[in-house]
Amino acid sequence: MSCAQTIADYALRSIGMGERLLPRSDFTLCQQVTLIGSGLIWNLYFAFLALLVGFFLANGLAVAKASPSRWLRKPADWFIFLFRGSPLFIQFFLAYEALVMLPRAGIEVFGITVATSWLTRAWAGALIVLILNTTAYSAQIFHGALMSVPKGDIEAADAYGLTGWHRFRRVIWPTMMRLAWPSYTNEAIFLFHATTLVFFSGFPAFQQKGDSLYYASYFADKTFNPFVAYPIVAGYFIIWTLILIGLFGIVNRRLNRHLPGAAKRLKYRPQLVR
Amino acid sequence: MPIMFSQCADPASLQGLSWLMCYLTTGKHMLFYASFGTVLLLLAVTAPIALLFGFGGAMASRSRLLPVRWFGKLYTSMVRGVPDIIFFLFVPIALDQAFEWTRHKLLCDSDAPVRQGNDFIVCAAAKLPLSTSPEWVHQSYGFILAVVAFAIVFGAFAANVLYGAMQAVPRAQLETAEAYGMSQRQVNRRILIPQMWSYAIPGLSNLWMILIKATPLLFLLGIEDIVYWARELGGAKTSAFNYPHPDWRLYYFLGILVFYLAMTWGSEKILARLTRRLSAGQATMGGEALRKGAA
Repeated sequence: MSCAQTIADYALRSIGMGERLLPRSDFTLCQQVTLIGSGLIWNLYFAFLALLVGFFLANGLAVAKASPSRWLRKPADWFIFLFRGSPLFIQFFLAYEALVMLPRAGIEVFGITVATSWLTRAWAGALIVLILNTTAYSAQIFHGALMSVPKGDIEAADAYGLTGWHRFRRVIWPTMMRLAWPSYTNEAIFLFHATTLVFFSGFPAFQQKGDSLYYASYFADKTFNPFVAYPIVAGYFIIWTLILIGLFGIVNRRLNRHLPGAAKRLKYRPQLVR
Repeated sequence: MPIMFSQCADPASLQGLSWLMCYLTTGKHMLFYASFGTVLLLLAVTAPIALLFGFGGAMASRSRLLPVRWFGKLYTSMVRGVPDIIFFLFVPIALDQAFEWTRHKLLCDSDAPVRQGNDFIVCAAAKLPLSTSPEWVHQSYGFILAVVAFAIVFGAFAANVLYGAMQAVPRAQLETAEAYGMSQRQVNRRILIPQMWSYAIPGLSNLWMILIKATPLLFLLGIEDIVYWARELGGAKTSAFNYPHPDWRLYYFLGILVFYLAMTWGSEKILARLTRRLSAGQATMGGEALRKGAA
């Protein structure tokens, strides 16, 4: 079988398109590269949606954590503690077991039956866990940045007569983002890396539709050779991590564009991991 | 299976609290409780080794010899682009095969290639651990491979932190020491290493938290850890078992969650105090809040 044929068969295998049967023997390098690359669709899906939704939730949560009202502050503290204080791996297991316990027939809400079975599938259940998890980590970062907004900025905003939402949107928030961005880049990268945990933690890979590490470990188990499949998946992740750093660097340059000698390169030092 | 209390001899006749007491003290539950010790042991063994690896990595990245520096840079940057889980899956099996391959070359007299198609074949004498060795040897071999995998990954993280801390020590301090005629070794030991800790402490305490939260990944390495036992004990038990019950995995995982929250809670407290001390007196919102709170 030619490599082009393999790509046609397996490039979209992870989302259920193309050849159904996975290769069982005589594994070629082309098959491994194609299938593992196909699994990467799931990693990107999880990372993109979790970061997108988590970013907005985290902003709200960070502001709630900084709120003078304890009714807002305490729940935010507890949420962040719960998700930052426990391993993501355990959160996946716990979420899966909890979602499986939901009634199979669905829940009646105001006479309408809401189906629940889709929640036990990875695309929904694991995504929810990842969203909540990244919300907690990012909120901690944003809260730290909010606390580091220079006092003078706020006094200047007050002097200009800016209050409430305008003061937040025009003065505090841009500085908060600017200060948080290097750490937030770390968080984004580690969230992307954490997506490899999904199919190892309770959530079943339905019809062998798994992520890149799922296929890599499939090949490593079948060929009993870890020296091919794992370097391939590592290579994919290095490429996409570099792309992610590039994208976040563009935003970083925009956030810092008013500063003299700005457009500093984003220094990526892994510090916050889950 | 040993029975702790004499009244637990006939589980079918038990009810309510005494059933629960007997259920929670079965031999398998004792193994479950002991596996918390496995987690703590992993933490205790891995943390110093990882720190050592990190130290080596950071020193190598600062080396004057180009190949050593390359090695150090490669080691410190490998965790940046590649998920740690890949290393956890890769390192133990790769190490195992490397050991067995070496032993095969030394101990076996067959010329047959080790890798035949999809098989990895070594002679009986080269197997690790030997098939004749007792069960505990197999388990500790697996545990040692896991420790090495953790130490390599967390050593790379620690190397990042320590390298940053070493760079943060003011250049003038090192130059002054050189001006006093100290050798490179003396500068490192007397000036660089004592001073870098204050810069490294925030990063290292963060790393400690990360290490705590990485311990359930032992399950992926085939170690009988808390996750393994939670799945084993929590799964639904039919009436064929002594203590039949429905699927209780949720409750077992809740227990594990509480364990980890307690573990990180302690570290969180210490970190919060550290952050508070660092932001006191700063002209920032955090410092301002502290000042207003004190007034």
